[in-house]
Amino acid sequence: MRARVLIRPKAGILDPQGVAVERALPALGFAGAANVHVGRLVELDVEDPTQLEPMCERLLANPLVEDYEVQLLDGSS
Amino acid sequence: MKFGILQFPGSCDEVDALDAARRVGDAELIWHAERDLKGCDAIVVPGGFSYGDYLRAGAIARFSRVMESVIAFASEGGLVLGICNGFQVLCEARLLPGALLPNANLRFTFRQVDLEVLQADTSFTCACALGERLSIPAKHSWGRYYADERTLSDMDAAGQIVLAYAAGENFNGSLRDIAGVRNEAGNVFGLMPHPEHAVSELLGGSTGGLKIFQSMRMAVEGVHA
Repeated sequence: MRARVLIRPKAGILDPQGVAVERALPALGFAGAANVHVGRLVELDVEDPTQLEPMCERLLANPLVEDYEVQLLDGSS
Repeated sequence: MKFGILQFPGSCDEVDALDAARRVGDAELIWHAERDLKGCDAIVVPGGFSYGDYLRAGAIARFSRVMESVIAFASEGGLVLGICNGFQVLCEARLLPGALLPNANLRFTFRQVDLEVLQADTSFTCACALGERLSIPAKHSWGRYYADERTLSDMDAAGQIVLAYAAGENFNGSLRDIAGVRNEAGNVFGLMPHPEHAVSELLGGSTGGLKIFQSMRMAVEGVHA
């Protein structure tokens, strides 16, 4: 089954990448973008989707500072 | 007294750590695929970019074969020092509280920093005086120490915040100016600046870093109770 894991900095923790992007947008003429956060995306095929959460807890994310969201994709390979 | 210096693919400061350790005792390198800690009395997890820093700094190295032995060694009370990437590895391994995040300025920064010794009764700072300033170089892009407020308060109360950036020196945005922390038991310590690069007046302009290695020797030899 194809799965996608979205990993984001936890709310309230300074996200300097998000801040840098947010500051760069107006310079390109894009006004009105706010609360920009930059995270990571991991896509993978798994035989057992119940393993996704322990994978996130132990390796894919650092739960101390990151939130993760697992999505199972339709039309899996 | 023998130090074991770990070596991962992507380590780059293990040779300086070896040299620093040899100024106070015996030392040898231990390759990441080994399980045998070769009877070492203390382990140094050195700086660099272990496994390319893929995913997060230290995230992959933390599962290496040698780290299984280091985690067991630490649980038995063995002294473990993590420097820079080594600090990140020890946090990822949960041997130390908290995490290291990208510098607030998003830049790789290399500068000499003054550190203040907040705790001088630890196995890693017992050769220092309380309040002493150590001048040590720092060079990293992921050095912003973070832990939640409750953890920070508990650490503070337990004396686990061992080294802080002196006033005006906190270039990476670490919470509470934290530069180095120990675990609750006191046998595991990590810091972002590089004591192994400050062991000779000629090369580092300071010997402040040598005191960390001297402290460890004193602790192992029982000079420090």
